[in-house]
Amino acid sequence: MLGVVIGVLSVILLTSIGNGLTVFVEKQFETLGSNLLIVAPGEIISEEGGFNQEAAALSMSTSKLSMSDVSALERVGYPLGIVAPVIEGSIDVRTDQGKRKGFSVATTVEYSELRNTKTTRGRFINESDVSSSRKVAVIGSKIADKLFVGENPVGQKVTINRIRFEVVGVAESKSSGSMGGPDIDSSVYVPISTARSALGQEKISYILVQAADKKEIERAKTKVKEALDKRLNTEDFSVTDQSEILKTIQTILGTLTLGLAGIAAISLVVGGIGIMNIMLVAVSERTKEIGLRKALGATPNNIMVQFLIESAVISTVGGTIGIILGILGAWGIRAFFPATPSLNSILLAFGVSLATGIIFGVYPAKKAAALSPIEALRYE
Amino acid sequence: MSTPKNKSKAKVVLSLSHITKVYELGDQTLNILKDISLTICEGELVAIVGPSGSGKSTLMHIMGLLDQQSSGTVMLAGHDASSLTEIEAAKLRNKYIGFIFQQFNLLSRTSALENVMLPTVYTEGATGKAAYATKLLTDLGLGQRLGNYPNQLSGGQQQRVAIARALINDPAVIFADEPTGNLDSKSGHEVVEILKQLNKDGRTIVIVTHDLELAKMAHRTIKIFDGQIVSDTTKKL
Repeated sequence: MLGVVIGVLSVILLTSIGNGLTVFVEKQFETLGSNLLIVAPGEIISEEGGFNQEAAALSMSTSKLSMSDVSALERVGYPLGIVAPVIEGSIDVRTDQGKRKGFSVATTVEYSELRNTKTTRGRFINESDVSSSRKVAVIGSKIADKLFVGENPVGQKVTINRIRFEVVGVAESKSSGSMGGPDIDSSVYVPISTARSALGQEKISYILVQAADKKEIERAKTKVKEALDKRLNTEDFSVTDQSEILKTIQTILGTLTLGLAGIAAISLVVGGIGIMNIMLVAVSERTKEIGLRKALGATPNNIMVQFLIESAVISTVGGTIGIILGILGAWGIRAFFPATPSLNSILLAFGVSLATGIIFGVYPAKKAAALSPIEALRYE
Repeated sequence: MSTPKNKSKAKVVLSLSHITKVYELGDQTLNILKDISLTICEGELVAIVGPSGSGKSTLMHIMGLLDQQSSGTVMLAGHDASSLTEIEAAKLRNKYIGFIFQQFNLLSRTSALENVMLPTVYTEGATGKAAYATKLLTDLGLGQRLGNYPNQLSGGQQQRVAIARALINDPAVIFADEPTGNLDSKSGHEVVEILKQLNKDGRTIVIVTHDLELAKMAHRTIKIFDGQIVSDTTKKL
């Protein structure tokens, strides 16, 4: 029975983790702003919907997107809204208090509106910062917390890759926890012009384009493609919207969840073999009882059903305990990780445990049913 | 084979004719039973005696439909029971046969009352048997012990529970296999008295034993030796 308990427990915990991941990622996406189109340098998302990692890495460094493409997109007008180019890069951030790895987002004024980035202190980058390539930075909340302990960072100096910047604002915290990948709260926002002149970051990582309306996303996508087709080769850019990326990530996470469930299923099978052992022992321990029941008029079917019910009961009880422990466990790990048990996974785990109980109960039950009553009664 | 004349009008419950039982052990052939024919009538109390290895247990198994003969015919309560499937045999046993074993064979984690009810689990359409089971146990002096488990009962009490179990479906014939073999002489005597009383009430009982003292209680004694009936005697009443 312990085997079934552990099997069901692991199915529920592992699927809860997978489920929690999906919910978490979806939430993160919601906070990133809506109606967004992303113009990436090259084919980042393949036609099948998978991430094209090689192409993504390659195209980031060999980006053919330029500021004049940005201007071209701005000239399109409706259904396109705001356009914001972004250059991303890894940076070292240093103050008197210490040093941290950060993530630079070099962009224009429009970015804050597109990505819904607010400042808790000071201000975001403004027009004149960009036009005069000022060395100003808006730092993520984590950088502010770690490098300006007990101080107001606004107006202070920060060194980014050995170049001194003035902190003009602190960005609001966006993520609820770290899940790997670039941490938004460790970002440092700088004017795009400054990044190109002072940090030597030339290549545009991607361009964010807002669709004027949620319903216009498809038309906006076509417009962006038309505008860029005139200026670039088709393979040098791609346009994706958030839902596509989300779908891709969901596909990945779905596979991951399934994989985790598969691992858990193996432990259920182990549990099932445990049940089979228990039942085989039960059959030999109760040989005499089986013989007696047969002598008193039990048919082989009666005996078989009795043992099948017993193994089903064992696995049901084990499954129920496993479900309770699984839900409690998911609540427990919630403190560290967004695990969410789903009704589906609970039903699945329960169904599978009942099925293992019955499937692995068949062999012992058949064995019991086939005993000869005389032999069985004589058994000591 | 001899059927006493004073019983010729009585209804035949069980009859065997020309029963043989052969076991093949490798290239050895064992003739356990050699051409056995006998008839048991309603209301008889019969003792089948013989030393161990004589074939009396095998004979009882065949009469109790627990085993199949190699040749010959078995008639039980008007049914031809010569070649039955396992399921048919189980159903006939359930309905027409009660067993009392030397080892009592009660289910240990089951109350006395439930032990008595056990055969009814396998009887189609059996309802309201709890009252009858209670009556049987009360008649056997176990009215205060209905909820007790076998390990809370003495050997004699356990055998009385087993007797009640044998009676629950009102069988045509009761087989008692060394019913006193596991009991002290006092409890054994009690069981003998109970069997005698049941026979007086009209029950047909077949006792299988190697104990000649026990066999004395029977009106009719069939002696088996080496797979054959060597004598079949009926006491004059």
